[in-house]
Amino acid sequence: MIPAAFDYLRPGVLEEAVGLLAKHGADARVLAGGHSLLPAMKLGLAQPKVLVDLGRIAELRAIREADGWIAIGAMATHDDIESSDLLKRACPLLPEVAGRIGDWQVRNRGTIGGSLAHADPAADWPAPILALEAELEAVGPGGRRTIAAKNFFVDLFQTALRPGEILRSVRVPVTAKSVAYQKFAQKASGFAICGVAAVIEPNAARVAITGVGFRAYRASAVESRLRGKLSAAAIASAAEQAARGVEPLADLHASAEYRAHLARVLTRRALERALSRN
Amino acid sequence: MPAPAKPKPKGYVGRPMKRVEDPRLIRGAATYVDDLNLPGLLHAAFLRSPHAHARVKAIRTQAAQAFPGVVAVLTGADLNDRLGPIPCAAPMPDQNSPRHTVLAGDRAYFVGHPVAVVVARDRTVAHDALDLIEVDYQPLPAVIDPEKALRKDSPLTHPELGSNVAYRWSLAGGDVEGEFARADRVIGVRLLNQRLTAMAIEPRGCVASWHAGEGSLTLWSSTQVPHLVRTLLPDLVHVPENKVRIVAPEVGGGFGSKLNLYAEEVLVSHLAIRLNAPVKWIETRSENAAVTVHGRDQIGDYQVAVTKDGTVLALKAHVVADLGSYLQLLTPAIPTLTGLMICGCYKIKAVRMDVTAVHTNKMATDAYRGAGRPEAAYAIERLMDLVAVELGLDPLAVRRKNFPKPGEFPFQTATGLLYDSGNYQAALKKALAMAGWEELLERREGARRQGSLFGIGVSTYVEICALGPSKIMSAGGWEWGCVRIEISGKVTVITGATPHGQGQETSFAQIAADRLGVPIEDVVVYRGDTNVAPYGRDTYGSRATALGGTAIVMSIDKIIAKAKILAAALLQAKPRQIGFDAGKFFVQGKRKTALDWKRLAGEAYIAKNLPPGLEPGLEASSFFEPPNCTFPFGTHIVAVEIDRDTGQVRIAKYVAVDDCGNQVNPLLVEGQVQGGIAHSIGQALFEQTVYDENGQLLTGEFMDYAMPRAGDIPDYLLGSTVTPSPSNPLGVKGIGEAGTIGATPAIANAVIDALSPLGVKHLDLPLTPENVWRAITNPGATPPVASKGVPKPDRAAPPATGTRGAPRKGGKR
Repeated sequence: MIPAAFDYLRPGVLEEAVGLLAKHGADARVLAGGHSLLPAMKLGLAQPKVLVDLGRIAELRAIREADGWIAIGAMATHDDIESSDLLKRACPLLPEVAGRIGDWQVRNRGTIGGSLAHADPAADWPAPILALEAELEAVGPGGRRTIAAKNFFVDLFQTALRPGEILRSVRVPVTAKSVAYQKFAQKASGFAICGVAAVIEPNAARVAITGVGFRAYRASAVESRLRGKLSAAAIASAAEQAARGVEPLADLHASAEYRAHLARVLTRRALERALSRN
Repeated sequence: MPAPAKPKPKGYVGRPMKRVEDPRLIRGAATYVDDLNLPGLLHAAFLRSPHAHARVKAIRTQAAQAFPGVVAVLTGADLNDRLGPIPCAAPMPDQNSPRHTVLAGDRAYFVGHPVAVVVARDRTVAHDALDLIEVDYQPLPAVIDPEKALRKDSPLTHPELGSNVAYRWSLAGGDVEGEFARADRVIGVRLLNQRLTAMAIEPRGCVASWHAGEGSLTLWSSTQVPHLVRTLLPDLVHVPENKVRIVAPEVGGGFGSKLNLYAEEVLVSHLAIRLNAPVKWIETRSENAAVTVHGRDQIGDYQVAVTKDGTVLALKAHVVADLGSYLQLLTPAIPTLTGLMICGCYKIKAVRMDVTAVHTNKMATDAYRGAGRPEAAYAIERLMDLVAVELGLDPLAVRRKNFPKPGEFPFQTATGLLYDSGNYQAALKKALAMAGWEELLERREGARRQGSLFGIGVSTYVEICALGPSKIMSAGGWEWGCVRIEISGKVTVITGATPHGQGQETSFAQIAADRLGVPIEDVVVYRGDTNVAPYGRDTYGSRATALGGTAIVMSIDKIIAKAKILAAALLQAKPRQIGFDAGKFFVQGKRKTALDWKRLAGEAYIAKNLPPGLEPGLEASSFFEPPNCTFPFGTHIVAVEIDRDTGQVRIAKYVAVDDCGNQVNPLLVEGQVQGGIAHSIGQALFEQTVYDENGQLLTGEFMDYAMPRAGDIPDYLLGSTVTPSPSNPLGVKGIGEAGTIGATPAIANAVIDALSPLGVKHLDLPLTPENVWRAITNPGATPPVASKGVPKPDRAAPPATGTRGAPRKGGKR
């Protein structure tokens, strides 16, 4: 419960942070809200020699709208997102998800970028990010690049970010209000045993599920059954496909069978709720 | 709360007063062990076994010893012959348990077993040095399942003991076989009471300081029981008792887990002496989960013999209790408390309870809020519901039929206890009224018509507190207190009961202020330091007010008697002519010349006008020896709704009526009940301490051990009845654990009632969403309940191997 010794660096601008990561290489880890990294360090599971804290880089915390998209700085806290009037109006799925993360203390410190870059299979953010078809902007020694959400989550705790890259922002399209997030939380940690984000488009739906598989996924079998025939009746049967092709995780808190069942139940509920907000 | 208006009490006692403890706690101005900082302080850290069972072939400490800042690295080979062993205060006859050394010897036998200790100038250095110690472990087969541990082919937790059975214990009263033969029905069920962890917010910790000049040792420890530690520690560290001072500073939660003497306290004391420097050890959260005692962990096969009208004639049980790998202070006693209380609040003529206590390669179990009584209440209250279900009777009617009448107290149970006082009917009646019972039944009917899963559960519990007299206890059932009127007239109260968050700094001040007739602001209550309160038996089993409060009353009465003699001399009257009221002493009928405490205290200590033979000073101390235990009781009623799709349980209504006798401070009573129920919500719905098949602890942190949170707690409707206890002059019974004892069965009964339309008769704890969902999906696979019309007398003793299947239904499973 006591981390190994480390150096702590706190750059003021993003370019400096990128430079520090380049300088320290594999010895360095980026510190965002610290809600996953610090516990891992306390348990001895992570022993970085250098921490590069992004907390003082002002540009990383902004939430701005431009050209039909909203850019959310990677260091925006869950609470920033939950309480953003802009997002409530222009992308209400994100505040809804933010409000289901952890508790007040977690939401005040934890960040969307930290959570996405950590890629915990039970984190909430991957579900809406996939369902919204967001774009993730990374900055590294080679400059900036954009990664589509569907390409971002690679494996358990693995993303498409390259060594030395920092997640700068998440861009989501301005979205209608017919969205919903349904979550079944692990009782102790508050992480998702299953979380389902649904976005209803004119006569189609996008559904993304976190917590069930080794990475969050788009429930394409559900989506294809609803394409062109979105109705309450169709939702009930399409939701049965929510865990299709997925090998659910199993642990102390939920069996694979129960996770798959929850995926079906919560997919139906998320779609029904999103549709009711149409 | 729809409680009838009570007459407002004249004094402090009976008033809901805010705690005087709270401001310092809320403001962060309280002193916990880790707040202590002594010059030259060293820090200890423990290297712990990662294996559930392993031979320790070699320990190499040289690299750790050479690490800058490290002062000492010691192993079992260095210490186990010099120190300890750690005592168990409640050994059973024919106990077959290992010697509990301070560090592991040539075997480590649970995950977390300390194998070495490092002392360093800095806490982080001590922890870093642990990584430099090399231990060669040879893993051995681990014993994890207590029932499998009883099989002939099981590996042994302690090969040298030849058996995993720590002890067998039986309790019998009445003609059990005769009653079973006479019964119309025998109903049986196998009940699990899962392992739990107290998870006090403040982990354990201690600081030891050795005064080489005086040869005296001071140990500050986050403990519930500084006096028990002072009784036990001196021989273990070879310092005379009268040179040992134990201080329990602020304690951030104990719940039974700090009712103990731990190896770390002995080691840290020894290290301070050995190194002639103060040494601190603060437990980490992971250590707290792994190596602070766990609670519960019983598996019981229960049977009741009943007549058609719901009369319970007799009860038989065989309980397998998982003690873990070795014994802590009261480990073996916990299952026996289950046995003593197994009749609940019912007139059951005959009882037989057989306990097979088993060693496994896990942390020791011991007291955890309720300590054996929650297990008993859960079993008997589940059984009463099953009797009602199997006989097609109303669960309230079955309970009422078996209650003793209020006029039958004191009531002798078949287990040999004498219940002091009770009116179970009144508590039930009040709870039903508060719950709106008829409306609740209608709501259930309506919900069921719509296909919803809605259930109502009742528990009418009784428990045992303030254990005494001393002849039934291993180390005294008395309590000590002292009251002193200072020369200024201020009042100092000292209790040996060591409250640590229960609120007696407030309630004892209420008692003292009323009885002395002084403002409560003039009273200060001291606790927790054996140099201030030299004797005490501390806080456990909801004993502090019943026993410690009485010792305060006795001391005050001695002071008043003495003050009357002094007042008589000053007022030129005879002592029998002196009246005492509202803090004033006066010659009867002459209140104008009354003397107050300040005047009398001045005279008592200046001592120029004392009558011949009267000692100076105004101080008295007392030991209260109780004639009997107390038996609080009550009724809890719970309504739950279950999400049919997910199995999630939601508490829709919670009503509790608790009777703890007279109430000194109803606000404290309510707080204790609220917290107690919260613990039960945890046990009933989600808490469990889980080891995997290799003995690795899977619930080693808050990410995996599901504590109840604020959002899990429903709105409580709390009420009380008052049936004073005859066991002490205050008439109080104790309320610290009642919520935890009464609530778990009520919640479980409600959930199973909700599932009953599906054919579910029983479901084991915790009633997690997945557990409930599985019952909904496949009710046929839920635990069976045996109900036999033609009982066959059992040959009493448990089978020698102890292997038992679940009760069988209709001869097939």
